[in-house]
Amino acid sequence: MADKRQVLIVDDDPDFLEQMDMMFQAGGYATRTAPGRKQAEEILQGFTPEIAVIDLMMENDDDGFILAYRLKRKFPECAVLMVTNVTGETGLEFPRIDDSAGWISADAVFSKPVRFEQLQEQLRKMGKA
Amino acid sequence: MENEKRLKLLIVDDEEGMRMGVKRALRNHRIEMEDGTKVAFDVVEASSGEEAVSMMEQEPPDIVLLDNKMGGISGIDVLTWINERDLDLMAIMITAYASIETAITATKQGAYDFLPKPFTPAELKVSVRQASEHLLALRQTRALEEEKRRVRFQFISVLAHELKAPLGAIEGYLYLLRDGTGMDDPKVYERVVERSLVRLSGMRKLIYDLLDLTRLESGQKKRELAPTSVIEAARTAIETMTPDADARGIVIDLEAEGEITLEADRGELEIIFNNLISNAVKYNRDNGRVTVRLEETSEEVRIAVADTGIGMTPEEVEKLFGEFVRIKNDRTRNILGSGLGLSIMRKIASLYGGEVSVESAPDQGTTFTVILKKTLE
Repeated sequence: MADKRQVLIVDDDPDFLEQMDMMFQAGGYATRTAPGRKQAEEILQGFTPEIAVIDLMMENDDDGFILAYRLKRKFPECAVLMVTNVTGETGLEFPRIDDSAGWISADAVFSKPVRFEQLQEQLRKMGKA
Repeated sequence: MENEKRLKLLIVDDEEGMRMGVKRALRNHRIEMEDGTKVAFDVVEASSGEEAVSMMEQEPPDIVLLDNKMGGISGIDVLTWINERDLDLMAIMITAYASIETAITATKQGAYDFLPKPFTPAELKVSVRQASEHLLALRQTRALEEEKRRVRFQFISVLAHELKAPLGAIEGYLYLLRDGTGMDDPKVYERVVERSLVRLSGMRKLIYDLLDLTRLESGQKKRELAPTSVIEAARTAIETMTPDADARGIVIDLEAEGEITLEADRGELEIIFNNLISNAVKYNRDNGRVTVRLEETSEEVRIAVADTGIGMTPEEVEKLFGEFVRIKNDRTRNILGSGLGLSIMRKIASLYGGEVSVESAPDQGTTFTVILKKTLE
């Protein structure tokens, strides 16, 4: 049997973190969780994720962006899935940046609450399920 | 000039002498408004109604002086044109004596003032001054309303966000339960249910706080002012928080000398104490201490609640005084709060002509002080 795929989950909502952790573990992945960007960066010193699930807004509003950017630079092969509570209906529009400059280093962005099936579907497309 | 505004004034008249006269009168004219703002004018001219319309299509002026009788389209026609477009400007009609009908029509079309011909530069200046004052006051009111709408929208946006976070968490747990993910372990099952309940109670707290705040702000809440024992209100809140405090080995002390009575609404006092003491427990360390100190002078009652908790940095303290602001860091991550408590306390304190202040040091603790004045102006 092949080694388990390694997943990094980063979110400042402890419940979301726990749920993602449970789902990925049940799905047969090896997980590491971090409640913020700094802790995630520490984990990345000795952990090579194949998949990362990152909350957009944590201690600072741009923590998710920065982490995704650094992660992609260090591990270009890692699938980065961004999740956010910020959506159009609240008026707090998710910034639809023209990404031709490669601003958002995420492979996909999901609105919370996000179902595990949605993430899996995306990972299947990317050949990382 | 630091506080000078320039208004664009368009004079529309087929008589060149009239246009020159207006230009000359207003060229170096400055008006000082009540708030100290100085207003100067850039005068532009049009010799016909048609020319005026094409100029206004390009860039509408702030004030337009409009002669009625001109070859081609009349001043009233121009006024109608302005009216249809709802332009943000003040129109002053220049009319000949005795043409009352023109005046009535012009009023209906929204002219702000009249200048009967012939007029002196002084009369012109009075009329222009009034139009300027009116225009600027109108714009200011509109800007304030716009700002109010914006703040309200922002509040609702953030509120929606704060309600969606726990909803999402609970929904996520329900999916786990439904799909049985990880539920072979009864401890996991218990924890999932427990966390869902915690998030639900956080939501309920947010809604209650929100209701408190809106009632206070709308003035809808009936205040029942009566001589009230501040010490009793403090004791009630302490009793409410004691189970939570005991669970973490936190001791709550009450320090007060003699009886302290304040002409106050008992409910409002309890909201203050509940907020202060529950925060002091929540943000405390295990086995810490909460000290509630009550002091009275001839003018005021001073409520100080000190904890021995995680404290805040000066930057965090600065951020604290906004709505829905919760200090996000490693140590606050698992503490639930609505982010409205301080707004509510400040609102109540202001009803007593008082205020809320805070002193804090990281890892040492935080002291919130609420001052309530005894006599209200």
